[in-house]
This record gives sequence, structure tokens and C-alpha cells, in this order.
Amino acid sequence: QLDASLPLSQRSSDDSNMKASTWSRVPMAPADPILGVAVAYTMDPDPRKVNLGIGAYRNEQGKPIVLKCVREAEKKIAMDETMMKEYLPIQGLDSFLKVTSQVIFGNDSPALRDERVAVVQSLSGTGALRIAGEFIAGAKPGALVYISDPSWGNHHQIFQRSGLKTRTYRYLTPTMGLDIGGMLQDLAAAPKGSVFVLHTVAHNPTGVDPTQAQWKQIADVCQEREAIIVFDTAYQGYASGDLNKDAWSVRYFANERNMELMVTQSYSKNFGLYGERIGALNIMCSDKATAVKVQSQLKAVVRPMYSNPQLHGARLVSAVLSDRALTALWEEELTMMSNQITAMRQALVDALAAIRCPPPNSKFSSWKHITDQIGMFAYTGLSVKQCELLTAKHHIYCTKNGRFSMAGVNPGNVKYIAEAMKDAVSNSAKL
Amino acid sequence: RGAGAPRDKNEKPYLLPSVKEAEKRIVESGWNGVQQKEYAGITGIKEFCDASVKFAYGADSPALKENRLISAQVLSGTGGGRIAFEFYARFLGKGVPVYMPDPTWANHLPMAKDAGLSLQTYRYYDKNTYGLDFTGMCEDIKAAKDGSIFMLHACAHNPTGVDPTIEQWKEISALLKKKNHIVFLDMAYQGFASGDADKDAAALRMLVADGHDVMLAQSFAKNFGLYGERVGCLSMVGSTTEEAQRLLSQLKILIRPMYSNPPIHGARIVATVLDDPVLNKQWYAECKGMADRIIEMRTALKDGLAKEGSTRNWDHVVDQIGMFCFSGMTPEQVEKLKTEYHIYMTKNGRISMAGITTKNVGYLAHAMHAVTK
Repeated sequence: QLDASLPLSQRSSDDSNMKASTWSRVPMAPADPILGVAVAYTMDPDPRKVNLGIGAYRNEQGKPIVLKCVREAEKKIAMDETMMKEYLPIQGLDSFLKVTSQVIFGNDSPALRDERVAVVQSLSGTGALRIAGEFIAGAKPGALVYISDPSWGNHHQIFQRSGLKTRTYRYLTPTMGLDIGGMLQDLAAAPKGSVFVLHTVAHNPTGVDPTQAQWKQIADVCQEREAIIVFDTAYQGYASGDLNKDAWSVRYFANERNMELMVTQSYSKNFGLYGERIGALNIMCSDKATAVKVQSQLKAVVRPMYSNPQLHGARLVSAVLSDRALTALWEEELTMMSNQITAMRQALVDALAAIRCPPPNSKFSSWKHITDQIGMFAYTGLSVKQCELLTAKHHIYCTKNGRFSMAGVNPGNVKYIAEAMKDAVSNSAKL
Repeated sequence: RGAGAPRDKNEKPYLLPSVKEAEKRIVESGWNGVQQKEYAGITGIKEFCDASVKFAYGADSPALKENRLISAQVLSGTGGGRIAFEFYARFLGKGVPVYMPDPTWANHLPMAKDAGLSLQTYRYYDKNTYGLDFTGMCEDIKAAKDGSIFMLHACAHNPTGVDPTIEQWKEISALLKKKNHIVFLDMAYQGFASGDADKDAAALRMLVADGHDVMLAQSFAKNFGLYGERVGCLSMVGSTTEEAQRLLSQLKILIRPMYSNPPIHGARIVATVLDDPVLNKQWYAECKGMADRIIEMRTALKDGLAKEGSTRNWDHVVDQIGMFCFSGMTPEQVEKLKTEYHIYMTKNGRISMAGITTKNVGYLAHAMHAVTK
């Protein structure tokens, strides 16, 4: 991190020839580790190139799609002559806010019935997390934020930019299983009132989720530590194809254990609305009066950040979820996407087996972890050097932690990918 | 009439036809012929950024020609300003002051604070003349420590509608240069102020030509009527191409942990309008139409007040520029307007001109005269 106190340039008024810039000390920042991959991929002219970097769905032909339910909603909105472009209120589109909390908590959630959930529309998951971070920093400055190791790369930056310090908790065993013991130990050792960032489902990047029994243990620690729980939900419906099943962890904590918690939602993947930046931050409180106060504070965070959120994505989600037929169509399409990912996981493992590709390193006895994992990503176990070889030699782009976006794998490229992985693994000793 | 959203002469909000047409094309044919809603990248839609800076700086800007200008799509003027302030806090030091005109848009203050800057003001509005306190402004620019951040409203100052003349801008520019002050411009009304987008950008362009490495937050909320779609562009002029790239890389570092990448829809609309010669021309005329209507209403209001028999000087209603009229009415008078006449404006007496129509201007004049006589 850069030290923010750089001295101002000392220009004297007769130095008109030598233009020493105020910004001469500003260094070149490194490219974002995830988004930088997409940039590199785009610039690569090789026709064989494969993008396994960003989690964005591709159809079997490798093309991006817009969901049919979204297209229908968009056409409806475009034909609606009464739709203007006035500012939304700071908290966002009212009809969107009502449905979004229902999606995650369930229609029969006691918290919703009691109006105890403060909710604001956000710029997808990132935006929701940042609002949460700023809110926490204002309410509990000095709270430590615990993030799984590994996690989505941007988690640490978001909370640090909010003014909070971050720590990690163990998550993964060397053979890609959940290190529940390590996780519980690290969380139990955190100071009371710490922030625990949990992944609702389809953990990014590992694809390894706790079982229901393990979630119960995690809830116990959260309760004992009086933790501020932040559930990051980016894949609801995308993991198993079933919205309710994928929400189990949040609903257990919220509806069964009645624990106060925060839930961020992203509709980037499950609605394919990536660039429309639509999501929400839900803060479930113990009573309605608190929820009202919390919402006013969330608005105070949003207003000096971007005043109010944008219309289009919120209207799209709201239009789909307020229409039974469109909602049914959405659920169908969600299942289709989820099934395709699952099929590609199997296809990749089969392709690797067909060419007898050795596992990534000695800790693994097979590639089974790829089919065991859940969600959009395969945490392959490939090393940094192996990934670099994949990119440099085979024009296959992924993040350096060996995370593959399975949406980038299709019947047309799966064999090519397997061959490249075999090359990387077989030659890693020489690297 | 508090917040400013466009109304037609029947007080109905409306979409500019050029904007509506552009949106229709995008919904029907997708983006560059493909239906997709992919992430736009941290700095947003490239065509939008390119069109925005051309629109603001002019195609022949030295900064553009010399490849010293970088830009990023942001969430309207607020989003641009917030990122700008975060940039300053990061590279000039947390807690350094940003000098803002007194008064300024209310939201500027928490934007700067939340970004980690402290606040200072420079004299701007002269209560006695309802115009610019140019002497006070210049004194305060001189008195500030060398290298201070100065935020200026590029045109149609909010809330006063009072802008420096071009001659005054020249002096301001020279003073800023002498003090090596860092110039941040907020431009929310290009095209909407005078009806001429190039004229409204004259101060910005002059500052750039004078060698200031400005940072600019552009909003397309008002001039394109895209309010709720949150379309804006943040740009920076560097001293060299290489420096501009370093600046861009650092803007990305600030954007990524805030919202990763900006929303595509509104930016696609603006790019479509600006890049299509026919739509572009159509938009210019529509925007000018909006600006002209406001200027008409200013005249109508001033005439209306005279007709009511007001003996006060209401010249400023016509002299001020842009969406707002800083009427000079007191909070008590504003309160009376609300309770007795059901006319709503902010406590500082700021009237949103967009809320005034031929149907209600007479009533407004009557009420204003009644509370101020």
C-alpha cells in the first residue's frame, strides 16, 4: 500500500521551463489480478486463446449471453412510455428492494415480516461490501475483519479502503477440503465483535462449502464471539440451480438462529447482469427501530459516494421477479447455466483422465476436486508457475491462484485445455 | 421546486427524443451489434470515455492531441468527485484541505470528508450584488498555501448560478498558476447553461490551454436527462503521456474497491448519441431547447415580479446561469412560500428553474413578491 503523505512539488515561479509535475511521484499501480487477466486476454491475438479468468457465463459456443427473461423484461421496459429517468431515492428502487430481500431470506422470513431488515440497492456485490465496510467503520471503528484464506481477491481492499484492518482465517486443507478445525479455531481466537466475512454458497475461489453441520458450528462461534457477520452472496441459484437450496446458510443463521447479520447480494452472475451492476446490502437487525436507524446510516454512506444508484439493472431484476412467468423462466435458465457448469467440470476431469494428466502436485491423487467443488470456479491446485506456462505457451488465461472459471470451458476447448494442463503439470519440475 | 429534473412545458418529466432513440437502438440491436451485458472494465465503456472527453475538452485540445488525458467512466458527478477526492487524499495526504466556493452544492462537503480531505472555503457569492465576489475570491486564492486543491464549478455554479466572466477566468487561471494550485473542476451543466456546449466548456478549455493539469468530473445527468442512470466521466490531464498512464492506473485502484466497474446502460446511451452525427446534432438542439426554456422562464419570472409591483432589484434572476436561481430570499421568506403558497425550494432561497413553467410562473412571481415586499 502506498504511503499517502507525498510531499507537494516545490515549483518556484521562475521555473517556467522546467515543468515539475505535482504528480511526478505517483507510481504506476499494478494491474488488478482478476480484471487484469481479461485485459491481457483481450489483447492476445492468438486464435486458440481461452479466457478462464473472470466469472462470466459463456454458452457452449463460448459466447456471452443475455438471459431470455432479462431480454423480455428489457423490451417491456423500453416499450413503457411512463418510464422516466428521474433519480432513484438514495436507497434505490423500491420495487427492487422489496423483492431482493425476499430472494435471499425467503418469503416467509420472520425478519422480513417484522420489517427488521435495512436494505439498500448497491452496485452489485462490490458496492454492497463497500457500503457495509464504511458503515461498520463508522459504527465500530477498530473492528477487525476476518476473511477466508483464500478468498476473492478484492475483499481485503474493500474493507481496507473502508478504513478497517483485515485478517485471515484458515479455510482450505492442502488437499482442497474444508479446514473446519482451522477455521473454527481462528474465528474463536478473534476478538469479540470482529467482522466475519462468510461466503453464502459456492466459495470463491475454492468451490468448497461447509456442510450444514459445519455451518451450525460456524454459527455457534459467530454467536459466542458476538461477531458482525457479513454473508457475501454472489452465486445464489448458480451453485446448485436451486435458489432456496443455495440460500440455506443465510436462512439458517437468520431465520432459525435469529442472528443479526449482513448479507450482500450480487445479480451479476445469476441474472447475467454483470455490467449493469445490480445488487443489494441487507442488514438484519434485532428490531424495526434499529433497522430504520441503520438504513439512515447506509444512506449517509451512499450519498457522498454516488448520490443514488442507477435505474436500469434494478428495473430489470424487479421486472423479472414481479412477474410469475418471467421468474419461472429465470429459474429455468439458472438451472440450465448451473447444469452446464457441472457438465463442464465432468468434461474437464474426463478429458484429463483420457490423456492421463497427472494431478497438479504430490498432495493430490486425482483431479476429483474439480468435480467435488461447487459453483462457477474450479480451484485446480495449479501453481503460479504452472498457470504462467498455461498463459505464455497455450494462451489460456486464468488467475495466478489456479482458479478456472468453468463458464469459460466448453466442448470446443476442453480437450485443448486438458492437453495444456498436462503440459504445465508435466513440465513444472523443470520450471 | 427542489431537485432538478427536466419538465416539459406541461410540467411532465420527459426523455430527450435523441436519448430515447439511442436507448431504443441499444435495446433492439445490442452493443456494437451484440446483445451482451458484460463487465465494462474498471474504467467503463471506452467509446463513452472517448466521446465524453472530446465533448468536454474539444477535439483539438492540446491535452488530447498530446495524449496526456486519461478518463474513466464514473457514477455521474458525485461518483467522479468522490474518486477525485480519494485520489487527492491518497497522493497529497489525508486531511489536506480542498478549497470550495462559498456556497457550493451541499453534497460536496461530505464527499470530501468521506474521501479523507478537510474543507476550506474561498469567497464566491456576494450577497449584496447577488453576483461574484471576485476580489474576495482572488484574495483567498492568493492566501491559500501553495499547491492547495481548488475546486471550481466549470459553468452554471450550483447553487448560485453565478459564473465568472471569461476575463475573470483568465485572471483566476493566472493566479492559480502562480500559486501552483491543483485544479479540480466540477462540470454538471455543459450545454445546459448557455445552450452552447462549447461556450460552457470555455473555462475548462482555457485552464487546460494555460497548462493546468486539471481533474474534471463531468455529469450527464442534466444535459442528457439521464439523471437516474448515473452517467459521468472523470478525467485527468497529466504533464506527459507516461504520467497520464500512471494516474489512470491509480484511479483504477480507487474504483475497484468501491464498485469494481461502472453501470453500462447510461454510458452506452451517451456514447451512441455523441458518436452518431445525426443523433449528436439532434441532441445539441434538444439541450439548447432545454437551456432556452430556462432562460425564457428567467425572463418571465423577472417580468412577472415587475408586473406584481416589486421594487426590488431582480436582475440576478436573469444574470445568473443554469438550472438554479439564487433568489436572495431569506429562510423565513422561503418558509412562508412553503406554508402559505405551497411553493418548495431549498432554505438558501435556491429556485430550481426547471420546475418553472408558463403555467406557474405567474403564481410564483405573485408569491415571491408577497413574501419579499
